[in-house]
Amino acid sequence: MTRHLLSVADLDDDALRSVLSTATEMHDVQHRAVKKIPTLRGRTVINLFFEDSTRTRSSFEIAGKWMSADTINITGKGSSASKGESLRDTVRTIAAMGVDAIVMRHQASGAAHQVADWFDESGVATSVLNAGDGTHEHPTQALLDAYTLERRLGSLEGKRIAIVGDITHSRVFRSNVLALPRLGAHVTVVAPPTLMPSGVTAWAAADGFALADDLDEVIDSGVDALMMLRVQRERMAGGFFPTPREYTVGYGLTRDRLAALTAHNPDAVICHPGPMNRGLEIAADAADAASSLVLDQVSAGVAVRMSVLYHLLASDGTVEGADLRREGRATKGSHA
Amino acid sequence: MRGHNDLLVTGAAVLGGERADVLVRGGLVVAVGPEATADTAGSGTDVERVDADGLVLLPGFVDLHTHLREPGREDAETVRSGSAAAAAGGFTAILAMANTTPVTDTGEAAEHVLDLGVAAGLADVRPIGAVTKGLQGVELAELGMMHRSRARVRVFSDDGRCVHDSRVMRRALEYVRAFDAVVSQHAQDPALAGPSACCHEGEISGRLGLTGWPAVAESSIIARDAELALHTGSRVHVAHVTTAEGVEAVRWAKRRGARITAEVTPHHLLLTTDLLRSYDPVYKVNPPLRPQEDVDALREALVDGTIDAVATDHAPHARHDKEHAFPDAAFGMLGLETAFSVVHDVMVASGRMDWAMLIERMSTGPARIAGLADHGQTIRPGSPANLVLVDPGAEVTVDPGASLSLSRNTPFAGRTLTGRVRTTILNGRITAADGEVRP
Ligand SMILES: [Zn+2]
Repeated sequence: MTRHLLSVADLDDDALRSVLSTATEMHDVQHRAVKKIPTLRGRTVINLFFEDSTRTRSSFEIAGKWMSADTINITGKGSSASKGESLRDTVRTIAAMGVDAIVMRHQASGAAHQVADWFDESGVATSVLNAGDGTHEHPTQALLDAYTLERRLGSLEGKRIAIVGDITHSRVFRSNVLALPRLGAHVTVVAPPTLMPSGVTAWAAADGFALADDLDEVIDSGVDALMMLRVQRERMAGGFFPTPREYTVGYGLTRDRLAALTAHNPDAVICHPGPMNRGLEIAADAADAASSLVLDQVSAGVAVRMSVLYHLLASDGTVEGADLRREGRATKGSHA
Repeated sequence: MRGHNDLLVTGAAVLGGERADVLVRGGLVVAVGPEATADTAGSGTDVERVDADGLVLLPGFVDLHTHLREPGREDAETVRSGSAAAAAGGFTAILAMANTTPVTDTGEAAEHVLDLGVAAGLADVRPIGAVTKGLQGVELAELGMMHRSRARVRVFSDDGRCVHDSRVMRRALEYVRAFDAVVSQHAQDPALAGPSACCHEGEISGRLGLTGWPAVAESSIIARDAELALHTGSRVHVAHVTTAEGVEAVRWAKRRGARITAEVTPHHLLLTTDLLRSYDPVYKVNPPLRPQEDVDALREALVDGTIDAVATDHAPHARHDKEHAFPDAAFGMLGLETAFSVVHDVMVASGRMDWAMLIERMSTGPARIAGLADHGQTIRPGSPANLVLVDPGAEVTVDPGASLSLSRNTPFAGRTLTGRVRTTILNGRITAADGEVRP
């Protein structure tokens, strides 16, 4: 396991498997009457959120509390960060209080990487867990997506998964394409050309995923899972597509597409990282369908984050063969 | 005060050719060759001898593109500290960009920078005037007043920002034709990428989740400005060209007879966008680092003359302005002290360029573009003694801690380069020797 979790690429195949299997055990804690295990007693985890995200922050907070860690929330707004202090000064100040891990959400791509590098250079022992950095990555989201899909579909080996929507600006996409193919899935990325990242053709060829711009063709070819991405409101003013209506017609999971999906494969499932724009990228019928895993994803989020915190911070023994050695961050940045 | 003494440089290869002694007196080169030594023997004045065995004597370098931060951000750089860095880097003249606070957009502001440069006395500091008031891109600044001031401004630029309004650019070009000035354009269409762009647009920016400027944002503005230069008959200069497409646009414009010149920075000749994988803001620069194919095209264009000059785009920043997340950090890199070593290493030591071409691209060419008669002159009796001695055999390992700039944001830290500036001579007086300024 690595000292920091900044990208899915930080996890080698064994670590990826280990995080997912430990998450299964952690998931059981959620069904106990007393949802508390002592694993991280005496550990302090700071949720440092420079960008609002009630969902992700709460998920990390619950995960930490159920493992008996002391969890503290700091939001960017009102902190010294908004008073012109440099990011480096802000995080060094927090780390100097002796915290074991910083769970960090930041609006800028690469922010968590930089903080980890600063810590490594200056010998600060605090772990950094990337909870979303700009339009770059959101590794625990990809881990919880993989976990949720495996629970429903079984092994992902040979499964066809389409990721649909605003690919350019999606950290969920960037982390998922690093996780799902390694678990054996065939991934197809679907978006209008204006919402595909620059250089994506070479990237897809190198990393083993497919590209498409016609959602109906992808659905008709038969898929096991559709992962719908949220469309940010500000993209509508950015000229990426003409109107919300046109977006829905071209790329939304409408009632008709839901019917086509199920007709081709009755077991096909739907994911969405939330929060959903009902009626834009996903119809209400689809969001609430039996095949929708949206609430499963939320529930899995706590278990997966417990597993990740466990792997980063628990240093006293093993659980069901999980390897707890803390090693250097060998794969840092190698994916990019 | 030094400078009234004679200076005898012995045994240097002059202009990269034959070894000769050179005598400097009263700010001028007075003798080259055997006469130099003979002349000193009977002169009776004090002679400072500089042993230049194994070194090469060149006309001092001229930088068309320096950011000095004074007035406004004296914590990052002052005219004095920037001049010191220039002297250490072998420069005898630097053109100070207008994007200070306040902006250099009046005759008084230009004279203020000129006077600070004279007071520092370490390099000939020439202010560049803004093209538009406050760099806002809307109304022309007082171009004529800046030209008529004591600063005699002959280069205008809104650098940091592209003059993107075609009508404003046309009027600026028409207006400066009256005094044969040049507009130096930061060629980058701001509308093509939007305000959050912070790097090169390509596969790496896609993977890193960063918004980039596409190459066409540069080449489309160069092509438009070439058309305007042809239409107005005026001179346009492309600041820091960075892309193969941009080079091609300059080549096309020159073929058509446009009065267009272009510069390239040392960092764009050496570094690539791959460095951004570290998210280290020291590599954040505007225009951005590009892929290797572009670097190759820039090197080729510098050799074939499509690119006329090397310019540093020296852009000092205080530490706290760089210690942010990559998209939030300041743009820019230091360049004055490392420029010669980078160009020598990449272009001369590799055999791509000879000394005559290096002189043309780093001294004679930029002096001609900026209209500086006292710099970039062939070393012969009667020419101004603005000179630099370089050691082509020495290696330099770049140490930010040793910089004379007030800032430390060099992208070359820890790199070893061949070719070192030894001694810089301004108006017959040594301003810097081995990286130390002579007061
Ligand atoms: Zn510029």
